[in-house]
Amino acid sequence: MHPAPSVIVFTTLSGLGFGLLLFLGLGMPDVTGWVAFVFFAIAYALAVGGLLASTFHLGHPERALKAFTQWRSSWLSREGWCAVIALLVMAPYGAGLVFMGESYSILGLIGALFSLLTVFTTSMIYTQLKTIPRWNMKLTPAMFLSFSLAGGALLSGQIKAAMVLLAVAAVVQVVYWKQGDQALAASGTDMGTATGLGSIGEVRAFEPPHTGTNYLLREFVHVVGRKHAAKLRIIAFTLAFVVPLLLLYLSPHHLGALIAVLSHLVGIAVSRWLFFAQAEHVVGLYYGKR
Amino acid sequence: MTQLPQSTDRKMGLVIDLDTCVGCHACVISCKGWNTENYGAPLSDQDAYGSDPSGTFLNRVHSFEVQPTPCQSNPAPEAQLIHFPKSCLHCEDAPCVTVCPTGASYKRVEDGIVLVNESDCIGCGLCAWSCPYGARELDQAEGVMKKCTLCVDRIYNENLEEVDRVPTCVRTCPAGARHFGDLGDPNSDVSQLVAERGGMDLMPEMGTKPVNKYLPPRPKDTIEEQIDILAPLLAPIAEEPQGFLGWLDKALDKLPGGNA
Ligand code: SF4
Ligand code: SF4
Repeated sequence: MHPAPSVIVFTTLSGLGFGLLLFLGLGMPDVTGWVAFVFFAIAYALAVGGLLASTFHLGHPERALKAFTQWRSSWLSREGWCAVIALLVMAPYGAGLVFMGESYSILGLIGALFSLLTVFTTSMIYTQLKTIPRWNMKLTPAMFLSFSLAGGALLSGQIKAAMVLLAVAAVVQVVYWKQGDQALAASGTDMGTATGLGSIGEVRAFEPPHTGTNYLLREFVHVVGRKHAAKLRIIAFTLAFVVPLLLLYLSPHHLGALIAVLSHLVGIAVSRWLFFAQAEHVVGLYYGKR
Repeated sequence: MTQLPQSTDRKMGLVIDLDTCVGCHACVISCKGWNTENYGAPLSDQDAYGSDPSGTFLNRVHSFEVQPTPCQSNPAPEAQLIHFPKSCLHCEDAPCVTVCPTGASYKRVEDGIVLVNESDCIGCGLCAWSCPYGARELDQAEGVMKKCTLCVDRIYNENLEEVDRVPTCVRTCPAGARHFGDLGDPNSDVSQLVAERGGMDLMPEMGTKPVNKYLPPRPKDTIEEQIDILAPLLAPIAEEPQGFLGWLDKALDKLPGGNA
């Protein structure tokens, strides 16, 4: 899949933002006034910024409101609903903390729930696609959720929780990569089933239908960046999990925590880039590519 | 509404004969011609006359080479070249419809045709992601999703002669490799053709239940030993030149400049 920057920015930032909102909704950290304002401002900036970035790749962003109509069948529509509900419910909860020093904890709980659901519905947009075996796995939602929880804990300064959740996310990441590498082969789809000619013998792409490129090749067949995948995996893993864990362990203070957050953010973005760049869409098989 | 209908009254679709298709791309061109000036936004091209041309097409023809597996009766089978037209298969269980957040993508109850309502499409591309067959392309100029309409604006069009009320690809195909009809009716010509020739689904494991069927290529004829009564007279006489020619050949070889 083409690793579109807008989608990588969106899923990385909004995953972190909703993770932070989740912790804030649960009253962690238990803050009011200016401190609460800063926490909520960061969470909203990440979540809303991510959502805005996601509209950049739309052909007709001005019609985006129509995307709320099909929640009965479409995960993308459900994601829109969950995100809006989470942001709307969190606003009065945050205002209570910032301006009145009051915690309307029921609002916080509802907001936390919908923040979690937003991340889950985002992950289901990818997970539902049988056409991309590497995404069509139970580990995909596990990965999105564990990343978001770890990032949220890290951003909200919950040192102990962050260390546990980062470790969990790291394990999920490794297992995801391992299983993902076998997903296409395990799906049973190959050029033989794609063309229906596999029962005759071995199929080879002889001539593509067009001499130039097209939407399908640009969007679905991204093979260029894959050759560095192994190196990028190590970079992603180190930045997203190893560095933050070490920093939290060695110097869980302001500067250390700040560097941990930035390192985590960059690491998750690299991991998300790989999530797209390494994903093979079965349509590539018609071109003899993967 | 992007929920799929429980069932459709008819299942209109195409049957594509891989044995007959000659790979001329006439269907590709007539499809582009008809659909760029009829239903919905035109099918744009980018840099059409430049060095990096690309454009929106609803039907494309691939070519594959198949090396048949050797068997007892044919231990050294010849490779087969198969031209392979591909467009929307109007799936019964169309994932492209259910993923759509806006309701722009839908499947019609009356004939099973899968269409995009372009004024509702936000161009998110998710439907193209969900289609295993690459049957949807986002038009670069219009920012909306384009796909085969089964020429919905021809097949019921009473302004056209009756022979023309079929998809333009079917009407155009000079080889008669494309057939159009109701695949939900077991007595229709297309259904009988599918039954007779062992019509198949593409990627059945995806669970999309395509309506369009493909007829597999028939086994190739074996190439027989050539019988040529003049052949003995034309056989080369001497492999190595002899006499004067032999001397000349060797002499020329010795000259600088190497031998050919
Ligand atoms: S071929 Fe693709 S676009 Fe057409 S109905 Fe099936 S999934 Fe949808
Ligand atoms: S590109 Fe258009 S038709 Fe396709 S899923 Fe998005 S809104 Fe629906």
